[in-house]
Amino acid sequence: MITGTPKPIEEILEMLDPYDNIILAGCHGCVTVCRVGGEKEVQVLASTLRLAREAAGREISVREVSLERQCDPEYVEQMRPYVEDHQAVLSIACGAGIQFLAEKFTTTPLLPGINTGFLGVTERQGEWSERCQGCGDCVLHLTGGICPVTRCAKSLFHGPCGGSVQGICEVDKSVACGWQLIVDRLVALDQMENYGKLKPYKGWNSSRDGGPRRIIREDMI
Amino acid sequence: MLPCTGRIDESLLLKGFENGADGVMVVGCLEGDCHYVSGNIRARARVERVYDILEKIKIGPDRIRMYNLSAGEGAKFAEYANEFVEQVRALGPSPINLVRAGKGQAAIKKEAT
Amino acid sequence: MKSGSNLEKVLEAGHFSVTAECGPPRGADPDIVRKKAAFVKGTVDACNVTDNQTSVVRMSSLAGCLLIKEEGIEPLIQMVVRDRNRIALQSDLLGAAGMGVKNLLCLSGDHQKFGDDPQAKNVFDIDSMQLIHLAKTMRDDGVFPSGDKLEGVPEFYIGCAVNPFADPFEIRVPRLKMKMEAGADFVQTQCIYNMGKFKEYMELARREGLHEKVKILAGVTPLKSAGMAKFMRRMVAGMDIPDEVVERIAAEPKEKQAAKGIEMCIEQIQELKEMEGIAGVHVMAIEWEEKLEEIVGGSGLLPRPVVE
Repeated sequence: MITGTPKPIEEILEMLDPYDNIILAGCHGCVTVCRVGGEKEVQVLASTLRLAREAAGREISVREVSLERQCDPEYVEQMRPYVEDHQAVLSIACGAGIQFLAEKFTTTPLLPGINTGFLGVTERQGEWSERCQGCGDCVLHLTGGICPVTRCAKSLFHGPCGGSVQGICEVDKSVACGWQLIVDRLVALDQMENYGKLKPYKGWNSSRDGGPRRIIREDMI
Repeated sequence: MLPCTGRIDESLLLKGFENGADGVMVVGCLEGDCHYVSGNIRARARVERVYDILEKIKIGPDRIRMYNLSAGEGAKFAEYANEFVEQVRALGPSPINLVRAGKGQAAIKKEAT
Repeated sequence: MKSGSNLEKVLEAGHFSVTAECGPPRGADPDIVRKKAAFVKGTVDACNVTDNQTSVVRMSSLAGCLLIKEEGIEPLIQMVVRDRNRIALQSDLLGAAGMGVKNLLCLSGDHQKFGDDPQAKNVFDIDSMQLIHLAKTMRDDGVFPSGDKLEGVPEFYIGCAVNPFADPFEIRVPRLKMKMEAGADFVQTQCIYNMGKFKEYMELARREGLHEKVKILAGVTPLKSAGMAKFMRRMVAGMDIPDEVVERIAAEPKEKQAAKGIEMCIEQIQELKEMEGIAGVHVMAIEWEEKLEEIVGGSGLLPRPVVE
């Protein structure tokens, strides 16, 4: 899922300073699962904003909305009838959702209520960690199902570097060395022959370096 | 009616303040004694989160507090309730209520003139 | 001859080689480099110039190389893939070769977290293994990786670094083999203090016959004090300093610890000279270049051979 963290309330209040009538829009997708932008978070943030602003002597009206997904046009359109009745939309969906709203509702300012994080997994309740950078050219079949681009702090294709000590990355004691994980897995799978091969230079043009990416599936259009 | 403090979520607690409460007291079962295993533990975490929110928006964190009691401790409940009421009295009306009272005064004045 | 560098000539002639390193200054003052160069001159076959080591910003490695070259020392340019993409790396390889730098060391580079600018964006477009391959492709095939022909081929004696002590130990030798196959002519190791573990490493390398295909220069760093040993052990990832080494220097009174450190370094070089498959030493006298002559001379490695 796409993960995220709430922006500090002080930062959101500063963004909202010019407005007194807004929509707060959540999303039932990834951000609901990682508990940062779903219906419950909309309720809590809306109450928080109303209390903070009233206590400061400047009331704010917050319309609470949660869309099925902010990244699909049919759900975004559900907001159209009333968007213009508000001065701004504060979205606590991921960056894709926020931008999609901004694209569809061109005369209303869109504000981000969360900082979008990464493509990750739930380790346990309250803990998420990154697995994929969406680089567009998957090599997991060669690396024991562990991604060198994401799991190695230097994204090395021939790791580990000299900073790997007892399975720990030099960058942080709480970070496992991605290449130690890869080697351990290759040994367990009896696939060490994959380790010793020189890999071609990675084509980063399939990653973000090629500019915003598009997928067009002719068979579906 | 809530069968368990585990049903209380943050927005419900904040709604209390929006509706004019000067303080919110959450009373759950004794820890380790929850009929639903961990409802009161979850409630405690949520109360702590609301505590942080109230602190950040300057309503005052001490206006919310969680107590744990068994159903047979009526006297202790009364004691806790008195204690919390005293605490909130000492803090005075919440900033929300102060603003609302100020507006009320202004409205009365306006009508008089 | 692949590059015709002095280091290559000395190694190919079968002499036990000596390299050292100079860290460029944290500023634009060229005299700091010249002063270090004066200590190095005559004691080494080539001198590494580091490339923003530990991600601390310094004068560029290429500029440092040119400054020591002016002083009559053969430079060995270190190049990390942390800060430059393949376009910049190719360009700098051509520039260095054009200015007469003939030795190259391909490195990943310490993570930027450790330096002045922990918020910097790192590059790691290609890794050090691929940089070795890149330099070899340009030198041996006379083309860019894109396939276009080069107007003048950069002839480098290509090196890499290995850490015989980092984990997982079982892939350290296969990794050296991979670097050799990618195109490394020589290798400089991380500083060695744990001679027992290093001997184990060399045993495995010899079993693969690697010492015959790649020149292995063993890295040593003289300890200035017991405090330095403890600091390095604690702060430098992958640094293996056994207790007996620390205890030996700590047993000396403070004012005699530096002399003891040099004595221990010389002993270690003597031992390395006798070890099968070791082609030379890389003496990293960190901010202590003035002691190089004493160390190299004390090890019986002066004067340096002249190979035509």
